[in-house]
This record gives sequence, structure tokens and C-alpha cells, in this order.
Amino acid sequence: MYRKEKSIQIKNSASALYNNLGVLRIAPRRLTCFTAVHANVVNMVSASWDGLNYSHRQLQSKEPNVATSTSLIMQAAFCALPSRDLLVVTSQKGIQMYESDGSTMVYWHALDTPETNTGQGMFARGISAVCESFICVGVSTGAILVFDVPSKGSNITLADVIEGHKESITDMASECCGGEVCVADLVSADDGGNLCVWKAGEEFSLLNHIPGFDISCSSVKLWKGTAVAGYGTGQIRLYEAVTGILHAEVNAHARWIYSLDVAPFSGLLLSAAEDSLVRVWLLSMSPESHSVEIGHLHNECVTDTQICGAKFCDSDGYAFAVTGYDLSEIIRYTQS
Amino acid sequence: MSLRTLPLVFINLGGEMLYILDQRLQALNTSEDNSEKGIWSENDRKRVMTDIVGAMFSKDFMDELLKPQQLYSHRTLKTVLTRLAHTSIMRLSQASMDKLYELMVMAFKYQVFLCPRPKDLLLVTYNHIDTIREFVQHTPVVVNQVDETHRKVIEVYSSLPEGEFQLLRQTLLIFLQDLHVRVSLFLKNKVQNPNGRFALLSSGPVPPGIDVPGLIRMFDRKGREVRRGEFPTGGSYTSPIREGCFELHGDRVIRLGMNIYSRNHPEETYISKPPSVKQKDDAPNLLAKEELNLLARLMGSMKAEDMAETETGFRINLFMTDGEEGGTGTSGGAEQSSFEVINIQAIQDEQAATQLARIAGQFTEGDKLPESLSTNKGADLLALMDDL
Repeated sequence: MYRKEKSIQIKNSASALYNNLGVLRIAPRRLTCFTAVHANVVNMVSASWDGLNYSHRQLQSKEPNVATSTSLIMQAAFCALPSRDLLVVTSQKGIQMYESDGSTMVYWHALDTPETNTGQGMFARGISAVCESFICVGVSTGAILVFDVPSKGSNITLADVIEGHKESITDMASECCGGEVCVADLVSADDGGNLCVWKAGEEFSLLNHIPGFDISCSSVKLWKGTAVAGYGTGQIRLYEAVTGILHAEVNAHARWIYSLDVAPFSGLLLSAAEDSLVRVWLLSMSPESHSVEIGHLHNECVTDTQICGAKFCDSDGYAFAVTGYDLSEIIRYTQS
Repeated sequence: MSLRTLPLVFINLGGEMLYILDQRLQALNTSEDNSEKGIWSENDRKRVMTDIVGAMFSKDFMDELLKPQQLYSHRTLKTVLTRLAHTSIMRLSQASMDKLYELMVMAFKYQVFLCPRPKDLLLVTYNHIDTIREFVQHTPVVVNQVDETHRKVIEVYSSLPEGEFQLLRQTLLIFLQDLHVRVSLFLKNKVQNPNGRFALLSSGPVPPGIDVPGLIRMFDRKGREVRRGEFPTGGSYTSPIREGCFELHGDRVIRLGMNIYSRNHPEETYISKPPSVKQKDDAPNLLAKEELNLLARLMGSMKAEDMAETETGFRINLFMTDGEEGGTGTSGGAEQSSFEVINIQAIQDEQAATQLARIAGQFTEGDKLPESLSTNKGADLLALMDDL
């Protein structure tokens, strides 16, 4: 179903972090941008569609005013809003937002230092663009920061802080519904496996809370009102977001899941785990029962590699890319 | 990232160091060269192990490590581990220490990478502690220290949720990233490939708490299962085996962290770097300020042997360095040229022999080691030991 293409070399190996691959398809310029985090550096590479040009860039997580202070990066992700694309980088020190080519930093938000000395340092993790103009970022305390993003310029502001979680945020996802009215705009997941479903607006409101089983939900996606969640047990669960009804449960992997992705137009689902396997599934809405179903399509094994990022390169799922711990390349697959 | 990595790093790296030292010192004892025989007696070896374990598991040192803090650089860790090794009568050459460190780190990386579940890192740590306890079983005072540390580790880590353990493991994996030194024992056992990467199998038992992959279940709106199906997993997984014991004593079940070196195969500690190794930052930059502070606190909490320079004590080359001729004849011409031959030399001179007599005299004089720290600190440490 898929065949392996030529890999893209990156300057450093990828670190073992959840959802450690960012992909942005820029059709007008016929290129695709990829990001992979290595410790305190984001490796960016832009690949032209004809396979002839690759340009590399590295971003370091640094406070803008302090020359030497660096911190470990938890995640880097592209946020595609109707008016602009931004690259958001979250670290132990704070949140940085760049223009999507990484050329200019347009916003910096510092995290507060915690009062209590806990076993986990403070960090930000979990990034999602929401609706027209919001970017939401999760924090290790369980809070979610909501940023209001103007259509251009750097006048980004912190609009809201929403509390729904008590444990560290792991991942967040939203859904572009086009013209349809979406009930659920955002789903957030935490280290206890709990999911929160939100409606966006001037004030975000909590629509539903789906409890977990003390196992991290490391990756979550939203598709046609279904929250697709991947867990440390290797399971994938499909919940109807607003009601919390469990529609399907898959014993998908033998180790911790690190990354999920959905191709919205086709309903293809990608899951990747520490067991070195990437699996491709098909989600479909059953018209009779109005519930989502899942079927298995394909497996790819990345030998001896604990996978940390897997994403489709386009909305149909025609191609996907994979990163792995200690691997200095982005592996690509295309439908054959 | 996690602020709880240091204790586990020290116990596991320190444990690996002790495994390798134990194997190398025993190999020294059975050396075919008669002139070297008798230099390292069974008692000498036990004394070295007891000294290092005593320093590593001292209350002050462990309390310092157990404070929530960032993980520091390889340079800092290597410095502290060298200092720990030198709390014994043994002196390691810089080259030996460098190679020893690489071996330790690769073994640790193997354990962290292949850990079935993040919290099994504790079982790996307990495997190290169990073996360390055996090394010092003849010295009850030190066994008590080990037990006390073990209890503290259980207290601090037992209640951590699995998500925090995964963060701890991710922090360790960043620390261990890009290290691909080939270890002959791992290559021989096929757990490591010639390119330096560890083998990941898609077969075998799944970890406890995880279901064997392959099942899809669908539910209706009332939560009743309406359909199930299977999918091809591309692997051959089996049901989990029982979970290991997280208490002070017990069967840990997983074997990661156990002593893989045996006394009969010195070539197990051969290492070599892959041809295109990219050296990490080798520039002799000053340690960052925070790391220097940590170093000072950790060193201060160790009872240090303040021997004059490096002329006294037993100097050891555990691994052959570039400038030396080698060939013990243990391996033939069959070995690849990229491997470095290990040659064991214990350098002893007149001064060292005199020093040994002095030390021996001090031991019989009331079992006190020479104190280099202020009397207060030494007295405190002894008092602590009396209280155990």
C-alpha cells in the first residue's frame, strides 16, 4: 500500500519526545517543511516536491534576552491558521512562536517558575491551532494557555488560561470543519490519560471530561467529532468527544504509543510507537449507527528504532513521514 | 524535564562501573604472567569494592543526589565517578577511566532503551543494588548503607506515576543520545548491531499491563461490545510474564541491570567506536557554574583519600592506551583492527609498596581510613555509621 521513499537527512538525531515531527505543506511554493526536535534545538528542513532542493535551518530554544541560557525543547509544531502559519516551540523555559520558515521569532512567553519543588520541572507541551485565530499550548501543571493571534504582525496576546487538567498536558488537537458548525473545537490530553473537550470562543468552555486509567495519553487527534487517543499501553481508543461514548478500542502496539495523526479528507489514521512499528488504519463514519469504525490497512517496521513522530504529509494521506530516537533522518513513505 | 534522574543515573552507572572493575580485578588476579600474580589478592579486590560502595552509598552523598535537580553533563558525571573510584586504593589512568566510562554508559543506554515499561527502570536499578549488596556482603556497615539507600529510593520513586517515569526515561534518553560505541559482549550476544545500534525485537512477551496487539473491539452507544476483529501485527508477541518485585528484596524478573560480565571472559569489555563517530563537544570548556556547584557539594560529601598526587596507591591501566605496546595473546589476529586490545597492567613501585604497608597499618589500628576532611566531617560520617 505504501512504499519507502528517499529519506531526508537532518542535522541532528531526533529526541525521544511525544509527537516529535512537524509537517507543513506549502502548495504555492511546491515544498514541504519538516521539523524534528533534538534536545534544545529544532531541526528544520524544507524539501521541494521535485526532490532536488533541501534547505536546512536550526532553531535553538533561548530566552531572547539571555545569550547563553538554553533549555530542553518538549515539542515543535506548525499551527496553520486561515490567515497565517506559525511554528510554535515549547520548552522548559517558555513558548516561542516563529514565522513558519523559522526566520523570525514573533512572540515569546516565559513560564512562571513553580513555587513547590516537585520532581518534574516546569515545561510547556501540547500545541494546537484552534478555529480562526487561537493557538493553545499546554503546561506541565495541567493548565492550557490560549493565545489570540492577529492575522499578521507580532501583537499576539495571552487571552485565557483554562483549567481542566490536574496532570501534565501531553498533546492537544483541533478540527477544521470548514463551513460546518463544530460542536467540539479542541481536545486536550494529559499524563493520567484524561481527555478534556472544549468549545472555543471569547471564553473557552469545557464540554466534556473523559476520565483516563492512570496511563498517559501521549497523542490525541480530533476527526468528525471523534477523539482518537493513543496510550502508553499501546492502545488506541475512539471516543465520541462530546458524549464520551467509547466506540472502539484497539490493542494496537506492544509498547508506548508516541504519535498519532489523521488525514482529514480520507479518514486515514497513523499510529507509531516505541515497538518500532507504524500502522495505518482507516476511520469511517457508519451512517446507520452514527458512530466511527476503524479498520487496519498497513504496517511499516522501522528496524531497531523507537519511533517518536509520524505524520501525514497531506490531507489525503497520500504520503507520510516518520522520525525515530537517535535517527538522523526523516523517513518518507508514499502510496504505491 | 525530570528532576529525579541523578540518583538512578549514579546507582546504575556506578553499578556498571563496579561490575567492570570487579571483572577486571579478578582477571588481573588470574593473569598468566607470574610476575603480576599476587599483587591483587582477593582481599585487595574486596577492599576496593567496599571502599567505593561505601563512598557511593554514603548518606550525605545520596541525600545530595536525591534532591530534585537537573541532570548534568557527562563531564561532571565522569569526574564524580572517577573521584568515587579513587576513594579506594586503586588509581585509574585517565585513558582507562575514559574507556571505562564509555562502557558504563553504553550498558546503561542499553538498559534504558530496552526497558519494557518506564517504571521498570526501578527494577533495573534494584538489580544493580542487589548485586552491589553481594559485593560488600562481608562488611555489614556498608550493607546497611546500601539498604538504607535502597529504602530511600523506594520511598521517593514508588509513588511516581507512570507518565513521570516516562519523562524521566525521556530525559535519560536525551542524555544518552548519539552514543554508538560498540561493546564486544553486546555484539557477540547480538543485542547490538555492527553500526552500534541496539536490536529491537518485534516478538516476545509484552510488558505486564499491556495487551498483546492484534485485537479491535467495537462498542454500541450503550457500551456493549458488538464486534471484534483481528489485524496482522507483523510481529509475534506473547502474553506478559509476571511483574518483578519492587520491594527491598525479591525477584526482579527482568534481567536488565544484572551483572553480565563473567570472570572468564576478559574480552567482554572490548569496545570500539564506529568509524564515522562524531565526537561530541570535546572542547575543554569550563564547566557551567551550576555543575561546578554540584561537583563541590558532591565531592564535599564524599570521604576523600587525600593521597599525594598519583604516585601512591596502585595505578591501573584497565584498557590499553594508544601509546603502549600490547598483546596479551588472549585474542588472535582474528579480531578487527578497529578494536582496541585490552592489556592489564598493574603498576607498582617501591613507594606504593611502602604506602600499602602504611595503609595496612592504619586498618589494623582501629579500622579507620585516613581522613583528609576536617575532623568534624569525618567524625560526623563515622557517627552516622555508628547510628546505622
